[in-house]
Amino acid sequence: MSVFQFDAVVLPQEAEEARKEIRLFLAKELDEDRFAPHRCTWSSFDAEFSRRLGQAGFIGMMLPAKYGGKEASTLTRFVITEELLAAGSPCGAHWVADRQSGPQILRHGSDRAKTEILPKIVAGECFFGIGMSEPGAGSDLAAVKTSAKKVDGGWSITGQKIWTTNAHNVQYMIVLARTGDAGPSRHEGLTQFIVDMTTPGVTPRGITDLAGNHEFNEVFFDECFVPDDMMVGEVGAGWSLVTGELAFERSTPDRFLTDFQLFRGLVDEIGPEPDRGQAVQIGAMVAELASLRRMSISVAGMLERGEQPVVQAAMVKDLGTAFERSVPEIARSMVAVEPTKQTQNDFTEAMADTILRAPTFTLRGGTREILKSMIARGLGLR
Amino acid sequence: MNDDIGGIIHDQFTKLLEQNVDRKTILSAEGQEFPSELWQAVEDAGVPLALVAEDSGGVGLSGVEAFRLISTAAYHALPLPVAEAIVVAGLIRRPLRGPTSFARVADRAAGRVPYAADAKQILCEVDGGWSLVSSSGVTARPGKNLAGEARDDVEIDFAQAEGIETPDWLGSHGLDSVGALIRAAQMRGAMQRAFDMSLTHAGEREQFGRPIGKFQAVQHMLADAAGQLVAAGGLVDNAAEAWGQPDFGFRVALAKSRAGAAAGKVAEVAHQVHAAMGITQDHDLNFYTRRLWSWRDEFGSEAIWQERIGRAICAGGGAALWPSIISATAGDAA
Repeated sequence: MSVFQFDAVVLPQEAEEARKEIRLFLAKELDEDRFAPHRCTWSSFDAEFSRRLGQAGFIGMMLPAKYGGKEASTLTRFVITEELLAAGSPCGAHWVADRQSGPQILRHGSDRAKTEILPKIVAGECFFGIGMSEPGAGSDLAAVKTSAKKVDGGWSITGQKIWTTNAHNVQYMIVLARTGDAGPSRHEGLTQFIVDMTTPGVTPRGITDLAGNHEFNEVFFDECFVPDDMMVGEVGAGWSLVTGELAFERSTPDRFLTDFQLFRGLVDEIGPEPDRGQAVQIGAMVAELASLRRMSISVAGMLERGEQPVVQAAMVKDLGTAFERSVPEIARSMVAVEPTKQTQNDFTEAMADTILRAPTFTLRGGTREILKSMIARGLGLR
Repeated sequence: MNDDIGGIIHDQFTKLLEQNVDRKTILSAEGQEFPSELWQAVEDAGVPLALVAEDSGGVGLSGVEAFRLISTAAYHALPLPVAEAIVVAGLIRRPLRGPTSFARVADRAAGRVPYAADAKQILCEVDGGWSLVSSSGVTARPGKNLAGEARDDVEIDFAQAEGIETPDWLGSHGLDSVGALIRAAQMRGAMQRAFDMSLTHAGEREQFGRPIGKFQAVQHMLADAAGQLVAAGGLVDNAAEAWGQPDFGFRVALAKSRAGAAAGKVAEVAHQVHAAMGITQDHDLNFYTRRLWSWRDEFGSEAIWQERIGRAICAGGGAALWPSIISATAGDAA
């Protein structure tokens, strides 16, 4: 598969039907003032919003009916997520479970994990965190040290994870732990486990980010017991599971729509009669967003066909997060505003929030430097 | 229309280009020698009929397939108005023989018309109306773009002109939109060529004891260029899908904007990777980069098209922004 292969995808009728349904849901939420779009990003945690979304049938839509899902296609899920993001809804609670944990448990989880956990994900009652990074293993995931030792009936996990979004609010984490030697490839001996956050020996500790938000956490594991049937996949298969997951994580609209509400606000700030410079800038942003959406749908189509477009997904994330990062910079070049949260003005507040969040866009889920190196590998340069 | 026919024509055309277009052909055309035999071969392969319906004597390709042929021609720097001929025949919906071009004419004159001096006919847009003028009605003063492609100033005598019905889907920028999309499609092809050459060069050229492609700085430049290429290419398909549809004009604006922005970046990376060798006439890279620098400004630079998009979006307000993006990238034109 060439890295330049981005086939056109026509969204099926059922996906467009789903768009109408989610728009109705979101319009009702907004009518009832249940969230403030300019204050939210997809990482904003709002358990009540996620519960209502789950009850309305919009979480875990791709899962089989026996677990409560709708067996919807990747493309229908794509439409739901892009509408949630464009509307500025607070998706942080269910995001990880819906995007990657649910699909991974379905493919690689035990029967018990599937029957116990998947229906709760679908209902919007069960949220997940990602336990990959460690203090000594950021971009270099193969350096993971957290260990899982075989004990009677399960595994005992000891170590530390970091940068787990919302660990203090979720029910489960999927933890990547060392179960054996790394081997010459450095990719062996890693295994993933579903850890119930109420298990003795699990302690999250909050990290306050520079915006003053507590979303990230450190999580400490001290001989934390995980039963055998909460292992994901085979022993030692962790690396391939994690890298497979990345194609899902990196190509989705959350990689280019994070600050869409600021873009929308910018159009209103400029008003219906832009000067030439403003019109040029807005036009360039629209063209960029159009190309990103097109690429992202194309990757969704590849995932739907069962392919693993890891390099294409890296391209979407690299270009997409560069775009997100540019939005506040372009906005401040066109509208004179001193960013502050001590304001009644939605645009000013969105500006302040986005400037403080923007550095994470090109870090989380793989730094852009790692992504460029993956693309280079796809081009045969590495 | 028919996937097989599209594929067969594309393969035949590629073979023809590989066998017949080389350094000599390109340089000779830059010297204002119109390659008539090569034109005949391209015409015999049916390429100019790509967008004419089968029951009108054409090949009946889809917009996407036809604009891929245009990109492929540009990948080989084919020095002929084949893109212009494809779209004109498609717009007037019948086969034409001979080199063909189009122009926006005011006061019976037009500037920088592609291959006008050698065209057998030119589709002229005057005050929004169209007429087809044969070579006997054209007085041309030869000119060139940066790549040495013919861009001639013309005076038109409409005495013998044939009135042509204008389609209702082109939008307010008329033939400019068509020209913008063919240049965007050509940029896609030339960017791919400049990129492929750069990738090969990075693997072969050794410095400090290893191929320069092993250096991370070079790898990241090429990764950036690949992203530019993909982002622009997708929007070319996105607009080509709307050939014959009412949202053609807006989608073309997106494509020309993005391709124009990408062209400058890809050309820059290609030259940076090739270093000093790439700026010589002895190296082929300049055939593609000089075209990119010409095409990005022909039929409207990215700034011009971005301004048009921006004005339309601002007029609609923030609430209409998202629906506009959805409908302009729906995968298949509405």
